[in-house]
Amino acid sequence: MTVTEIGKALTGNRLYDGEVVFLTRTGIWSETIDAAAVALEPLSQAALEKRGEAAVANNQVTEAYLIDVERRNGRVRAQHIRERIRALGPTVRQDLGKQSDGTGGGFAAHA
Amino acid sequence: MYRYDEFDHRFVAERVAQFRDQAERRLSGELTEEEFKPLRLMNGLYLQLHAYMLRVAIPYGTLSARQMRRLADVADKYDRGYGHFTTRQNIQYNWIKLEETANLLAELSEVEMHAIQTSGNCIRNVTTDHWAGAAADELADPRPVAELLRQWSTLHPEFSFLPRKFKIAVTGAPNDRAAVKVHDIGLRMHANDKGEHGWEVIVGGGLGRTPLIGFTVRNFLPEADLLTYLEAIMRVYNLHGRRDNKYKARIKILVHELGEENFRAEVEAEFNRQTKLDVEVEQHELERISAYFAAPDFEVLPKRSADYEIAFARNPDFAQWVRSNIAAHRRDGYAIVNISLKPEGGIPGDATSDQMRSIADLADRFSFDEIRVSHHQNLVLPHVKQDDLYKVWKVLRANDLATANIGAAGDIIACPGLDYCTLATARSIPIAQTISRRFADLNRQHEIGPLRINISGCINACGHHHVGHIGILGLEKKGVEYYQITLGGSSATDASIGTILGPGFSGDEVPDAIETIVKTYLDVRKGGDETFLDVIRRAGHAPFKEALYAPAQRQ
Repeated sequence: MTVTEIGKALTGNRLYDGEVVFLTRTGIWSETIDAAAVALEPLSQAALEKRGEAAVANNQVTEAYLIDVERRNGRVRAQHIRERIRALGPTVRQDLGKQSDGTGGGFAAHA
Repeated sequence: MYRYDEFDHRFVAERVAQFRDQAERRLSGELTEEEFKPLRLMNGLYLQLHAYMLRVAIPYGTLSARQMRRLADVADKYDRGYGHFTTRQNIQYNWIKLEETANLLAELSEVEMHAIQTSGNCIRNVTTDHWAGAAADELADPRPVAELLRQWSTLHPEFSFLPRKFKIAVTGAPNDRAAVKVHDIGLRMHANDKGEHGWEVIVGGGLGRTPLIGFTVRNFLPEADLLTYLEAIMRVYNLHGRRDNKYKARIKILVHELGEENFRAEVEAEFNRQTKLDVEVEQHELERISAYFAAPDFEVLPKRSADYEIAFARNPDFAQWVRSNIAAHRRDGYAIVNISLKPEGGIPGDATSDQMRSIADLADRFSFDEIRVSHHQNLVLPHVKQDDLYKVWKVLRANDLATANIGAAGDIIACPGLDYCTLATARSIPIAQTISRRFADLNRQHEIGPLRINISGCINACGHHHVGHIGILGLEKKGVEYYQITLGGSSATDASIGTILGPGFSGDEVPDAIETIVKTYLDVRKGGDETFLDVIRRAGHAPFKEALYAPAQRQ
């Protein structure tokens, strides 16, 4: 049975190269959205935000913000098309970005 | 073209060293993002959706072959093997790393290029007619004045913290190809009754969320007064422009709020108050700059070339390309070659590093080492002998650069949109691609005639949709993209802002909507000489609205 979890994930761009990253459950910034920690409750979402503020202060990412996501069968779909494009790369050049180097995840822009 | 002197070289090298230090301090954590962001933006470095993006200045869109080759090398070494030519005659790289940017800038400085003032609330890259110095209709080459403005405005302490960004365009021809009426300041050279050249100064045009056509604040300004007068305009703007609301901070809003007469009175008062001694254009300085833009060593040639005529008669593909992409040159026996960066289904304005190198080689061999970038996101070889056109075409065709669609339906302007840009609300490139495929038949494009389709992925209008004959604006509602269509815009001499046709369309529906609009035009026009824009101006929106929306309403 498919279980869909609806919550929030924390994302940002890595300082030194601008790469899109997502905070995982183990506190590592991953390039793959499917590895993102999905916070289901307001309390855990607030905790994620705190981690984001710390990562900005530590100069790991330039900015960190929560995005609406749902996890389906281990894959994470961002609700907004903008974030689905960030998670994969430009829809017009599938030879570029995460979708081309194996770090892509989540769902296509129109999925 | 302009060459750096010792001062320019030192200045740009110092700037690279300064940025290297700033970037290192940011990476070490000494600077916060809040502190660093304005510094990187003043050096053209943005953070976009997937990576940093660097916008490199191409002053007034003029490049040498050596510079183009360096742009190609940068694309290979620091990016993903391509670059994106923009509607401001610049180039953008989409996959830049902060830690490598200073090295990249150092490599650009070796070929007299930089990214200074390609962002931020300052005077941006001065743009001009991409046929400058070559066009048959030109009064004088506007680039010496554009270069003068570049030198005057670069790091000008008084104008480095303006209320908002500031864009200046210059044209030396009666047919406006520089969109001077939709810039913060547009300068148009023209002649008075005595045959003397002077400048019409147009202020307060612009696109974005409040599109406006500029008004003429001075009809005929002597060249010697140019910088003094521009300083007066900048001072009035700097003093009275709004800083409380970024959406009302452009000079067009100030002109609108003060009223044209009050704005003019303020500028004239400031102009008359100045001593003029400090910034009056010294003739010898302008002559020094002008010498860099002296016409190349053109040969004396007959008006028509026999080789060219034979190739034109024998090869229909070449003939089609000539009719579409070649413009009249001021010198007999020469031609302006417009290189379309809009192949069928391609990404408007994108060029691979190999394409850049092939164009650099062509410029070396056939165009006096000159290349231009147009604000339509195409490239230009400005001075090609008619004798060489067939050879040039064959090389371009081998590099997928010979699409015969300049000024036609396939020659679409599109911003990067939501595929790359943080500000975008919708994608623009896929819309351009589907329309380009829909109108792929070049014979049909030429049957339709001049048609400018411009697409922006948000209200900031980098894709100039307001001045497209057909404008497409990508918006978003609850995470879903949709597109608004405007009709009747133009950035040419007869500039106008397009107006919204009706309710928007989904991305999938847009190509059919454009098809319907074009079919309606073909039905309504009075012969092939009546262009799309002529029909809009004669018949208004009604026939297009009827064709697009009435069938759905009747269902």
